[in-house]
Amino acid sequence: MLQIRNLTVAFGPAARPVRAVSDVDLSIGAGEIVGIAGESGSGKTTLCAAIVRNLPRTARVSGDIRFDGRSIHAMSASELRQLRGREVSMILQNPMTSLDPLFTIGNQLGEVLATRCGVSSTQLREREVELLRSVHMTAPEERLRQYPHELSGGMRQRVLIAMAGSTAPKLLLADEPTTALDATIQEEILVLFRELRDRRGTAIAIVTHDLGVIRRICDRIVIMYAGRIVEEGPVAAVFGAPRHPYTRALLASVPVLDGDRVQLKSIPGQVPNLADLGDFCAFADRCPNAVDQCRAAAPKESAFGDRQRVFCWRTDELS
Amino acid sequence: MIRGQQNPSGAPTKDTLVALAGLRKEFPARRRSVFGARRKVVAVDDVGFEIRTGSTFGLVGESGSGKSTIARMILKLERPDAGEVSFDGHGLWQQTPAEERDYRRNVQAVLQDPYGALSPRLRVREIVGEPLSAQGRTRADIDATVSRLLHTVGLDSDAGDRYPHQFSGGQRQRIAIARALSVEPRLVVLDEPVSALDVSIRAQILMLLREMQERLGLTYLFVGHDLAIVRYVSAVVGVMYFGRMVEIGPAEDVLRHPRHPYTQRLVSIASMRQALGVERLTGELPNPLAPPSGCHFRMRCPYATERCVHEVPALREAGDEDRADFPRSRVACHYFAEIEAGDKETTGPKPQRS
Repeated sequence: MLQIRNLTVAFGPAARPVRAVSDVDLSIGAGEIVGIAGESGSGKTTLCAAIVRNLPRTARVSGDIRFDGRSIHAMSASELRQLRGREVSMILQNPMTSLDPLFTIGNQLGEVLATRCGVSSTQLREREVELLRSVHMTAPEERLRQYPHELSGGMRQRVLIAMAGSTAPKLLLADEPTTALDATIQEEILVLFRELRDRRGTAIAIVTHDLGVIRRICDRIVIMYAGRIVEEGPVAAVFGAPRHPYTRALLASVPVLDGDRVQLKSIPGQVPNLADLGDFCAFADRCPNAVDQCRAAAPKESAFGDRQRVFCWRTDELS
Repeated sequence: MIRGQQNPSGAPTKDTLVALAGLRKEFPARRRSVFGARRKVVAVDDVGFEIRTGSTFGLVGESGSGKSTIARMILKLERPDAGEVSFDGHGLWQQTPAEERDYRRNVQAVLQDPYGALSPRLRVREIVGEPLSAQGRTRADIDATVSRLLHTVGLDSDAGDRYPHQFSGGQRQRIAIARALSVEPRLVVLDEPVSALDVSIRAQILMLLREMQERLGLTYLFVGHDLAIVRYVSAVVGVMYFGRMVEIGPAEDVLRHPRHPYTQRLVSIASMRQALGVERLTGELPNPLAPPSGCHFRMRCPYATERCVHEVPALREAGDEDRADFPRSRVACHYFAEIEAGDKETTGPKPQRS
């Protein structure tokens, strides 16, 4: 359904470009939940913005993004409007900034329903209540009269999920949807995502640095580092047998609750500055297995079994 | 220093560094109208625990549970409405000005946001050296100490001449740690010190904190919401829910064999023992302005009964014999023994109106 080919997004001077996203190939099928993991500066948020063509004007984009076969680049303003919100919805990290503090929840839900779904004013209220019920809000009639500041973070996020789901979008992009929430609330929000997928067949891309969230809900994981995909595959395969050294190091650096002793392995060094990246493996400087070849050229894709892809020169030797 | 030996008020054990007893803090809430009744939010309600010298106490809870308020009271930034915090057996609110100055040197903090904690106009050398000059140390002494500290926390030797914006989040947190350690504190309050950092950097900072503790014999209060991280750093863990301590005890006991239904839920989510959606959280979060009677967790608890509506559960001892190194776990639930034995039927949450 969504197909991204050779996507590169660069900022800054042409002589010394900062490639926030480089050479990304990615496809998302209908009804799939995909987790995009990466640290800050890994390009995951830029990738999302590119999908809805919402990049700053200074960005230079090459490559191709197709949604249901239509190129997003070639779309007119009215086609884009149709795409955003109706076919692709977005949920951002901070639910407060996505809601207007001056209008009640009912106003804002009503606006979405009236403009995007063409609900008539007589049915509006009924549909609003129904929508809030679908995300398990308690006392929905009362919530409609409340302002965003009167709701807790988890409830605001529910309202946004209700809005995003109201049009039955084909794709939902969620950028760090649970980062600002407590653990017990986070769990409930993830359940809502899964319900949305199961009921409406919406494909969901969750962008997060929290590997626990991805493990819990996603079918597939895409791991990004310094603007490139380093590994991609089904969640069980990647968590069970990570093949890229970065994925392995990342999983080893997360403490786990079970087990008798808690062991941690840290990844030495820093996330590289995107402006200084050469045309070779970006992880080479922090990688325990790096050889000369890794610092000479960008690694090629190697494919494994069930749709698992790894970008590392030494995959065959190391796995 | 000889303050360790003086012990007029008689701290519970000889190696207790910080003791909290019956701590309560209320904040006024805005009135609904000029004629409305005065309202208040109880942020911390009758909390007491001890932190032993050289160990780490982990304080866990969701947002609004009062854990940061406790950290602020230990830092003497907030005065409790009831109860007492004592350091080395001395009450914090009975200090003379000289004692207070001494206390402020002995207790330092590292906070969550490494971007807001460092002044953008000062060079790193000045940031790390500022507590030292406040203590009246000489220029040469300060320079030598700062260079040594920056090296200790793993920064380059030229880091001192740069400004905070030239550093990444993890490096800034190292600078904040260097500043906290500059005055040789005995207690460091760590309020979510790694929450704002990238996953690959978190482990570096956690390992640095551990190394500093072993090398300098520091005592930590670690406030966090990530159970796995808290377990990694802490010897003793306290779990808070809406201002009250619900479970407290040795980290591996509380986080591997939780007894309170709330802790059980947190652990079950964090360890992913159950598939997503198998255990749903029913009921509502309590309203802090009108907290429920009895047990605060009863509105979401699968085991709540009428007794939970009427009676506030006290912390009761649970688990095995006292161990030499740690006190035994204590749990604030009327039914934890039955739940542990598997005899408690699920009686559903008891909502506010009942």
